[in-house]
Amino acid sequence: MKTLIQKLTQTPGPSGFEQEIRKVICEEVSPLSKSVQVDTMGNLIVRVGQKSAGGLRVMIAAHMDEIGVIVSHVEKKGFVRFSNLGSYFPRYLAGSRVHFLNGTRGVINHDRPEDLSKIPGVEKFLIDVGATSDKDCPVKVGDVGVFDREFLDMGNRIASKALDDRISCAVLIETIRNIKSTPNELVFVFSTQEEVGSRGAQTAAYAIEADLGIALDVTPTGDILGVKMQTHLGDGPAIKVRDMGMISDPQVVNWMVAAAKKLKIKYQLEVLEVGTTDARSMQLVRAGMLAGALSIPCRYVHSPSEVVDMEDVALTVKLLTALLSERIQL
Amino acid sequence: MNKTSSPSFKISKTNLALLQRLSNASGISGDEGEIRAIIRQEITPYVDEIKVDAMGNLLALKHAKIKNPVKVLVASHMDEVGFMIVDDDGDGLFVFEVVGGVDARQLLAKMVTVGKEKLPGIIGAKPIHLLESGEIHDVVKTHAMRIDVGPANSSRVKVGDYAAFATRFHQNGTSITGKALDDRLGVAGLIELVRHVPENVEFMAAFTVQEEIGLRGARVAAFAFQPDFAIALDSTPAIDLPRPDGEENTQYNCRLGGGPAIYLADAGTLSDPRLVRFLTALAEKHGIPYQYRQPGGGGTDAGSLHKTGAGIPTISISVPGRYAHTAIMMAQIPDWENTLRLLIAALQNISREILAVDRS
Repeated sequence: MKTLIQKLTQTPGPSGFEQEIRKVICEEVSPLSKSVQVDTMGNLIVRVGQKSAGGLRVMIAAHMDEIGVIVSHVEKKGFVRFSNLGSYFPRYLAGSRVHFLNGTRGVINHDRPEDLSKIPGVEKFLIDVGATSDKDCPVKVGDVGVFDREFLDMGNRIASKALDDRISCAVLIETIRNIKSTPNELVFVFSTQEEVGSRGAQTAAYAIEADLGIALDVTPTGDILGVKMQTHLGDGPAIKVRDMGMISDPQVVNWMVAAAKKLKIKYQLEVLEVGTTDARSMQLVRAGMLAGALSIPCRYVHSPSEVVDMEDVALTVKLLTALLSERIQL
Repeated sequence: MNKTSSPSFKISKTNLALLQRLSNASGISGDEGEIRAIIRQEITPYVDEIKVDAMGNLLALKHAKIKNPVKVLVASHMDEVGFMIVDDDGDGLFVFEVVGGVDARQLLAKMVTVGKEKLPGIIGAKPIHLLESGEIHDVVKTHAMRIDVGPANSSRVKVGDYAAFATRFHQNGTSITGKALDDRLGVAGLIELVRHVPENVEFMAAFTVQEEIGLRGARVAAFAFQPDFAIALDSTPAIDLPRPDGEENTQYNCRLGGGPAIYLADAGTLSDPRLVRFLTALAEKHGIPYQYRQPGGGGTDAGSLHKTGAGIPTISISVPGRYAHTAIMMAQIPDWENTLRLLIAALQNISREILAVDRS
């Protein structure tokens, strides 16, 4: 699975420009489903199983997009100014490298701040792509890129850029591979534009009209001093109770907890005080939908080196496979 | 309509006269009736259906003359930023709140009109020679300001009344100045555009409400229409003045005189790249000046339009304007003209084949 995760995390796909990562995922899922489609917003939609008596139509979403940059100006001196695609902390930027979709690579730094003890805002940062002027600059306004950081195998734990949310894309692919039979109509959505506001999942959810929606995403951990959060790396899949955008349907939470207990796998409950997931878009679509989320604990979210635990990942696949293979009674 | 007619379109005296009427009229978010009445009068002869929806959007349809036509929605917002009276201090002094994004620093000593009667008022300022030491460096907060209509009109103003900047429209050569050019440039432009719709296009004009307070009208307008494509026609700030320190201005958003500003990304929308390519190629082909609005914050009705239903391929095109969301803006007639030329060309060439390839 590490090989798949490495491939998924190292393929660029900033919000709104997911074509390359979509192609990679498409190659993985095409042998596993007769119905693989791309919709208006660029979501990749993979259908598995038919709804039989007592079965539900379930939408399962993991987002393909990652945080990135979009060029806003090329200076006469050749420096590239940019705006953010998705949100991140400027403190991660200085010294980072960028990989543009057109192949150009560059390094990030910033104007000298008046107060060296303060981190400047994104607008003060620049990308140096080796150009000497705007004339020989290989990128132009509107070009997009992602942070460049290689996959690092640390044994049971791995680090990479874009584990948010390619780790969940990997979980979905493995789950599709593992499901032998199901009474449910499963609609897996590799969604777009989550990092800019769960936009792809919103329109996909409208079109799919599912009975139940589940988002797979990463969640920050409380391992670090000063972070008040119960979720810990290595303590198993996190069953979301609430975040800033959604309160999971309690029936969905109970269903997930019962399944984890039945499988005798460790799990943890997640209460997240910042951020939200595609589950919010699903819950609020049309006349509303039953919704919940499974989260994979992840350290240093939205930095170029995010860290997850491989056992958490494997257990998430196991739990999700079990949840989707059975008749769902809510 | 022949395929090469778009670059020949010219802004006429009639277009400018209508823009003047629209700019001088008041239409704060939630109170767009005066603007709506002007639009209805202007477009009724040129459309097949017209209605006002529950939110107050004016929705007009011009039917195609063929079967299975491409359905195109163009949206321009009727509303402008302004004020609402929230309390009566007596003697003609009224407490107000801003409606939409307004920078309090530019409000002092501005003339406004209050309520349906357009009673003259001013947002007064303390004279400089009476300021206390250091006070000149303070930003006066909106809640410390008052709209002063004078005692005589005091009883004719009530809580809940809207107030607008009192600025009058002027033309000076190719420059135009006035209030609410954001988005009356779009509204007057869309009124003109209705007359240039080719027979193969089912054209949906949405004059939207409440854009300035959260793209609210567009959200329901797009749901009602369910178009194949949506275009938000708006005005975007040109912050293109030289920097005081002489360094290169790297955050200008767009430039006055640079032609229509095609959006790539803002806080609410990532434009459909297929439409970016389509409009860019058209502008190049017809020799229409254009610019990309710098990716960044801000937003237009596109933020609501593209997320409607199962998703609508959407883009924004804006007329550049300096000093947006203040009492007075400045725009260039050639930018407005070129924006309409590009949109006319777009209507003549748009087809579902644009969607034959996957989004980006």
